[in-house]
Amino acid sequence: MNGFRDVCSSSGPVMIGVPPADEDEDENAALSSEDSSCPDQSVSGTEAELDLALGLSIGLNSRRNHSKVRSSLSSLSSSSSSLTRESGTKRSADSSVAASKGHVAVGWPPLRTYRINSLVNQAKSLANEDGLSSDIQKYTTKNGVVATKKDDARFIKSSKTPMLVKVTMDGVIIGRKIDLNALDSYQGLAKTLEHMFFQIPSSVANTQGCRTIKETNASELLDGSSEYIITYQDKDEDWMLVGDVPWQMFLGSVKRMRIMRTSSETGVGKYGFLYIVKATLFQIVQMMVRRDKRRQEQT
Amino acid sequence: MGASSTLLMVSHGHCLLCFSCLVTLIAHFESHLKPFLFFLSISLSLSFRRLSVSVLMGLRLPSKVLEHIISFIDANEDRNSVSLVCKSWFETERRTRRKVFVGNCYAVTPAAVARRFPKMRSLTLKGKPHFADYNLVPDGWGGYAWPWIEAMAAKTPSLEEVRLKRMVVTDECLEKIAASFKDFKVLVLTSCEGFSTDGLAAIAATCRNLRELELRECIVEDLGGDWLSYFPETLTSLVSLDFSCLDSEVKLSDLERLVSRSPNLKSLKLNRAVALDGLESLLRRAPQLVELGTGSFSDDLDQEALSKLAKAFAALKQLKCLSGLWDVLPEYIPLLYSVCPRLTSLNLSYATVQMPDLVDLLSRCSKLQKLWVMDLIEDKGLKAVASCCKELRELRVFPSGADLDETDVALTEQGLVSVSEGCPKLESVLYFCVQFTNTALVTIARNRPNFRCFRLCVMEPFAPDYRTQKPLDEGFKAIVERCKDLQRLSVSGLLTDKAFEYIGKHAKKLGMLSVAFAGDSDLMLHHLLSGCESLKKLEIRDCPFGDAALLENAAKLETMRSLWMSSCFVSFDACKILSQKMPRLNVEVIDEHPPETRPESSPVERIYIYRTVAGPRLDMPEFVWTIHKTPEIGVSNLAIKHCCGRFTFHTLYLISILFPLRC
Repeated sequence: MNGFRDVCSSSGPVMIGVPPADEDEDENAALSSEDSSCPDQSVSGTEAELDLALGLSIGLNSRRNHSKVRSSLSSLSSSSSSLTRESGTKRSADSSVAASKGHVAVGWPPLRTYRINSLVNQAKSLANEDGLSSDIQKYTTKNGVVATKKDDARFIKSSKTPMLVKVTMDGVIIGRKIDLNALDSYQGLAKTLEHMFFQIPSSVANTQGCRTIKETNASELLDGSSEYIITYQDKDEDWMLVGDVPWQMFLGSVKRMRIMRTSSETGVGKYGFLYIVKATLFQIVQMMVRRDKRRQEQT
Repeated sequence: MGASSTLLMVSHGHCLLCFSCLVTLIAHFESHLKPFLFFLSISLSLSFRRLSVSVLMGLRLPSKVLEHIISFIDANEDRNSVSLVCKSWFETERRTRRKVFVGNCYAVTPAAVARRFPKMRSLTLKGKPHFADYNLVPDGWGGYAWPWIEAMAAKTPSLEEVRLKRMVVTDECLEKIAASFKDFKVLVLTSCEGFSTDGLAAIAATCRNLRELELRECIVEDLGGDWLSYFPETLTSLVSLDFSCLDSEVKLSDLERLVSRSPNLKSLKLNRAVALDGLESLLRRAPQLVELGTGSFSDDLDQEALSKLAKAFAALKQLKCLSGLWDVLPEYIPLLYSVCPRLTSLNLSYATVQMPDLVDLLSRCSKLQKLWVMDLIEDKGLKAVASCCKELRELRVFPSGADLDETDVALTEQGLVSVSEGCPKLESVLYFCVQFTNTALVTIARNRPNFRCFRLCVMEPFAPDYRTQKPLDEGFKAIVERCKDLQRLSVSGLLTDKAFEYIGKHAKKLGMLSVAFAGDSDLMLHHLLSGCESLKKLEIRDCPFGDAALLENAAKLETMRSLWMSSCFVSFDACKILSQKMPRLNVEVIDEHPPETRPESSPVERIYIYRTVAGPRLDMPEFVWTIHKTPEIGVSNLAIKHCCGRFTFHTLYLISILFPLRC
């Protein structure tokens, strides 16, 4: 959750631009004095500008030498020495500093993620054609607009971004998704799958029937001694057996997974028969419940 | 006129005629319900003279009759009023309601909604707070659609329409929808996430009567374009298809066949991967389109292909809405001239069209009511719009980032001023601008007092009036004073507490307010909460107010749908007190640090407060803390993931089924 803290504190209760390394108490003390000060507009003297890291202000500095900062904020800046002050004219330096410190006001200006992504994509595709596109790119990086959920500038920045992979199982109608980044080995994976698909047979019960699934151990799943094997589809669209490659390599190449039955007889057979019996029983039960309900409604 | 004829019938004792007049009256006067109900009760009392007065108020009115009357009422606000009259009206109304709208999916449990409205046909849900659009709500916060879909599948399987906004929809949800609702017709997902194209394939393959499938600005895990080929050859009922947010290419032949066999297709919004030749062949097959979203508009076309495309566009005699136009090259703009005179809605916010071409295009759109553009339009473009598009009702100007490097900003407040002068019907504005002045705001308010929605985003925080360096208080004061019908407002720029005093005093019909980087102290919030009577949604970020105003106006929060505050100075202590004081509010603290580990007076990062009858929710992630109502328990962190909830539900379900067998 490290990323969370970075992003949160940069847009935290302290005015934006304060480096996250600051002590919370100092900032609060400084800010509480702000409430009583009356707002003036211009601050004479310094052209100091809080590193708002929005970059938006940076583009307009040449025109406006009056501070865009209220006096209360600048009193904050004077009281807290660790605040960075950037002269407004050094645009590129600002943006690079801003980017390097990660001071980004999350969600400002208020544009939808979809729109920002679109702008960025357009900029990329028109990279060589138009001056406009490079402006768009500059805009998005300069303003530190927190763009997409897809790329690394996620709100919760952590190395463990959830990697959701779909898992379907033979005989089960509805597939599930599991987060591979929350697991750390094949054992964990097998345990999770066992918990999801095998321990509670009614978990995927629906009107089409529920299936009896033989109790299976996680270890049995992995070494192939149970009736089911876990397979995955990798980047080349081939179906491979899980467990052959090192875990990290597996994480890098897996696209989706499937739990297959290994019994040669499909459908009919000892378990097939039990399945049919249980399915019919369930249907009967459902019908009776529905009939009762209908009776109740009629009275 | 209907009223007087009814009175006449009544006085002559013609009960039946009186009744039919009443019914026709209802069909016309849906919005003037309250006086009508009063009239209804009077006329009934006069006509059915045998009934005693106490029985009048609909208590003994035959339920079939009442049901028939109420079934004419569509608007949900009116239906809510009807259900408050008495118990039998409540019962009748709930049995006949078909369209259900839930503005906050955590305000009520899905089971309660399903139980109350058994004949539900259409469900509209909103999940995450509005600021989730701008990444202020961390991933995993909630807004899961699964519990709702599951409950509806169990209790109201005749559901036909599902519209979700800002919710987390998984592939399991989509598969469940496809499997459970036999007559499913409409799926509209706006700003949703969490699903992949596999889910879409399930919907396409299974819903035999699908009419609308729209994905508006969703974040979809794109596993390829073959989901489109899952539409069966027998599906001919498609009316609207919008997949503009997907990236990968769909097979053109599948799309062509789908369009050919859908004679009712009115709205088609393609994604960027559909090229111009594909567009041409699709338009040829669907000249009846009313709404079109093109794909990428930038291929190199030879003369013949160009003329074919021009002909295809000219054949679109009924086209009213145009969008898409990604990467459009200036030389292709004339292709659109043939549809311009009929256009009522034009979305150029993804089109990199620059100035002279924009004016040429817009000057031909005299019937335009809705215009979304980027700031490439500049002030002169907006002036042209003001002179040509007299029917304009909604204008949105988005930033393109193009002019930040220049010293002469081409889009200023003058653009909006000229549009407000020239377009008499303008009522909704979203305007991103670099700087603004008070005089401009005053002029705009004076020109256009009929604003319903005014959202101004001065992109630089704390930016004062650039001519006078004063705060923008006077400008916004003019806006709220003059625009009596203002329902939605977003403020920005340098604002002091005075601005919010004006808003509290004058904006009596304001329903939704967004504030960022503004105000000086607690007074700001106090003015808003004590002043704005109709306030339903308030969202605030980075403003320096604290506990006092929040606690003082706690009662107001139960009349609002929700309050969002982030990066303000509200302490955890205040959240606890608030939660104990107001039992029907969920006070959610979204904070990375557990509240026990920091001093009680330190500010929390984000708070989301909403009224609810469902109690604290059970699907919160680790970083969301809801304050327990009993002070001894303190803070609880119930992080049961919704899939585990499903397990328990299914086991309980099974047990409950087996039990009756034994009795």
